[in-house]
Amino acid sequence: MSTPQTTLSGAEREQAVTRAQSTYSAGPLPWIIKIVVLGLLDAFLVMGAITAVASGAWWILAAIITLLVLLNGIYLPPNRFLPAKYLFPGLVFLSIFSIGVIGYTVYIAFTNYGDGHNSSKDDAITSIQANNTTRVPGSKAYKSTVALKDGKLQLVIVDPATKKVRAAADQEVLTDVEGAELSSIGGIKAVPGYEVLSFSDVTKRTKEIAALKVKLDEDPNSAFIRTTTGSASYEYKSTLTYDPAKDTFTDAKGAVYHDSGKGSFVTDDGKRIEPGWKVGVGFENFKRAFTNPDIRGPFLKVTAWTFAFAFLSVASTFALGLFLAIMFNEPRMRGQKIYRVLMILPYAFPGFLSALVWAGLLNQEFGFINEVLLGGARIPWLTDPVWAKVAVLLVNLWLGFPYMFLVATGALQSIPDDVLEAARMDGASTWQTFRQIKLPLLMVPLAPLLISSFAFNFNNFVLIYLLTNGGPQFQGTSLTAGHTDLLISMVFKVAGFGGGNHDYGLASAFAIIIFFIIGGISYLGFRQTKTLENLN
Amino acid sequence: MSSTIGRRGFIGLAGLAVGATALTACGGESTSSSTPAATASAGGSAAADAGTITVWTDSNREPVLKPVAAKFKTDTGVTVKLVVKDFGKLADDFVTQVPTGKGPDASIMPHDATGRLVQNGVVSPIELGDASLFEDVAVQAFTYDGQVYGLPYSTESIAILRNTALAPDKTPDTFDAMIEAGKKVVAGGKAKYPFLLGLDAKTSDPFHLYPFQTSFGAPIFELGDKGFDASKLAMGGDKGAKFATWLADQGKAGILNLNMTQDIAKAQFFAGKAPYFITGPWNLADAKKAGIKYAVDALPKAGDQEAQAFVTVQGFVMSAKTQNSVAVNKFLVEYIGSVEVQTELYKAGLRAPANKAAYEAAKADADVASFGEVSAKGVPMPNIPAMSGVWTDWGTAQAQIIGQKAKDPAKTWQAMVDTLDAKIKKS
Repeated sequence: MSTPQTTLSGAEREQAVTRAQSTYSAGPLPWIIKIVVLGLLDAFLVMGAITAVASGAWWILAAIITLLVLLNGIYLPPNRFLPAKYLFPGLVFLSIFSIGVIGYTVYIAFTNYGDGHNSSKDDAITSIQANNTTRVPGSKAYKSTVALKDGKLQLVIVDPATKKVRAAADQEVLTDVEGAELSSIGGIKAVPGYEVLSFSDVTKRTKEIAALKVKLDEDPNSAFIRTTTGSASYEYKSTLTYDPAKDTFTDAKGAVYHDSGKGSFVTDDGKRIEPGWKVGVGFENFKRAFTNPDIRGPFLKVTAWTFAFAFLSVASTFALGLFLAIMFNEPRMRGQKIYRVLMILPYAFPGFLSALVWAGLLNQEFGFINEVLLGGARIPWLTDPVWAKVAVLLVNLWLGFPYMFLVATGALQSIPDDVLEAARMDGASTWQTFRQIKLPLLMVPLAPLLISSFAFNFNNFVLIYLLTNGGPQFQGTSLTAGHTDLLISMVFKVAGFGGGNHDYGLASAFAIIIFFIIGGISYLGFRQTKTLENLN
Repeated sequence: MSSTIGRRGFIGLAGLAVGATALTACGGESTSSSTPAATASAGGSAAADAGTITVWTDSNREPVLKPVAAKFKTDTGVTVKLVVKDFGKLADDFVTQVPTGKGPDASIMPHDATGRLVQNGVVSPIELGDASLFEDVAVQAFTYDGQVYGLPYSTESIAILRNTALAPDKTPDTFDAMIEAGKKVVAGGKAKYPFLLGLDAKTSDPFHLYPFQTSFGAPIFELGDKGFDASKLAMGGDKGAKFATWLADQGKAGILNLNMTQDIAKAQFFAGKAPYFITGPWNLADAKKAGIKYAVDALPKAGDQEAQAFVTVQGFVMSAKTQNSVAVNKFLVEYIGSVEVQTELYKAGLRAPANKAAYEAAKADADVASFGEVSAKGVPMPNIPAMSGVWTDWGTAQAQIIGQKAKDPAKTWQAMVDTLDAKIKKS
């Protein structure tokens, strides 16, 4: 079907579209399926939009509407935006799983989010008020009920001493009520003039009832009575009162707590009330990472070890893997395949399982390595800072060389025989052949793999977490980190997932710093690889 | 022809992909907003229906709570939705999910999480009504800053598990006498170790060593009328130094062995290789399975004071953001707190009930009675948030001392106390 260059009339265009449809799709069925799928997705998104409106999530609403417009705009018209039809799903996934997550991490890095700053200011104020409303010590417990009188909620109580029934509305003083009918256990069954609420009515008005406070007498400083279950009431006192106009809390001694601007209420002399709330803190977390001596010391040590670990891991596994690959590439060797399979075996075990097994094998007294292999030596594999590093590197060598062996074997076999033949003719020694012919040729395909292996080991969380958990611990710092911690496992600990206080803000800041470090290394590495390619 | 198929296939694939995308995109916020919608519709459907409360529990307690929830529904019309969670993740999930409005109305919780929950503003105080119905240590455990934040239901602590085939007599009162007795069994060729205690090579185990530490008069915090005074550590000074020296001696003598992990110690004891093993009720079921004849004894003292173990209390806490506080309070205080339910919960978990009357009944079980006796003498594990940062330093110092890496045990100990003091002051 050749496209005519002249302008088409409406009817002709329709015809062309129909023709196009008959060419590109096999009749009405795919069309129907497409419409049904699109309709289902639209219905789903509209439902999402409605719930977003209901919960006031405007950003999500905007995202859903954008998605709706794009989805229908791209897929509804036939035979248009063909590239977009291929790209759209990928872009959606990218924005949700990559950009979204990164964006959120960056946002957290600029907040004080963590233990003690976990929620909004409103939540914090509510919590502080609840936490500082305490029952008057030794006060009576009242059987009570909630009732309606003239449309107003009333708290009705029975004085346990006098059996007198009293009632009052919110903030009012209790007055005696006559003629109430009590149950056998002293509860209130009916009160004349009052409509006693059923429990289902009580739960429906939970908020009002939780806020219902009645006074014992006119004295503003005296205790008030409040119910927690609807059927029992107690005397309470507030030890902190909130002034919404000034946005301050005042305690019984008159000390005033004001919003510090850093996510908590503090007095002028630095006393703080828990909980605080989440606020933006600018570059505070990054500043702490680099300037707070308690954090900076361990951070720099961990960074140095992370580089050493990643570099040594790649170097050792590559050296061993390449050495073995060359050995087993010798055609005169018998049973090559069996040896190769044996070499790759460690690669077949799940890494985390191996790490756990190794942790047991390296036990100083009961472990197989010391007990059997080293004949009862007492090497402190996992508890001494230096030995722990050695242990981590050795275990990673065991875990990592099969991969290097595998890729090196592949690369070796791709080196054309005639090149090596020529070298032999020229009288080059085995070492010279390796050094000047094989290695450069190998490095071209292997260098990118080494860089990615470096990046992988830079973040080799599983090994560290399961083998040493970063230990042995640094002494005398407030940051929980140890001699074999990598940056990534330190971030995990700073975020508080291994016990200890949670500080998501600082952890996110670290995560961003790590991102830049790895990004920088990868950039430099790949630029280096390019020069390597040009050389050949 | 091939292009036709390719294109058709592509539409299908794209539809699938976008469908999945839409699902993931909406998954996040639709759950949050469906909660109010669900409660609203539930409220409107029937007059007797008084709404729903969601309670997190673990798989062990869920079967016991189910009939309680059913009874609560018949009595009050409130539906209790039980959600089974991994016990280890409860506190973390509670802290992160309550502020978003996605959290539960109440959750089962170990008491030592209390401080962290309060610090993050995710729990509400609970009015127990008559607190004297519960064991003192249980109420104290959930008390933070003068308020009670949980309805306690069980208490547990460690004690001596004695292999009665190897050591028929009751465990001696002092540590030295116990080791003496254990050594006799070893000398008789019936056992390999006089006494077993699982330790970690790097972080020791301050929890299991705590009774010995307290017997030297060096508790972690000073214990006052209102529970621990968390403002200052009390484990330094001369008494702490004495304990540190003791640790070093035991390490040197090989009685305390850092390479004896929990797993190894447990396996050795179950293989009948030692007469005494220090552990908690969580290993009883396995001991029975292993066919070990055992008795539960009080902890011996190493110093001149009484050995006090840490007591862990399980209970239920209420979310600060619950929309149904009245129903939650009623469910926790009047139902979970009742003698009947606490007895049922005890049968499911074999931990001493926190309700005094239920505990008296459960004492018919010799194990519960013995462990309960130790608990009654014990102290609740501190519930302040700073505590979570204390364990590693504390244990690391102990490990260094036991492992003979500390030249001067007393100095290493004091240095650790000073570091922790600074840490606690800062937080």
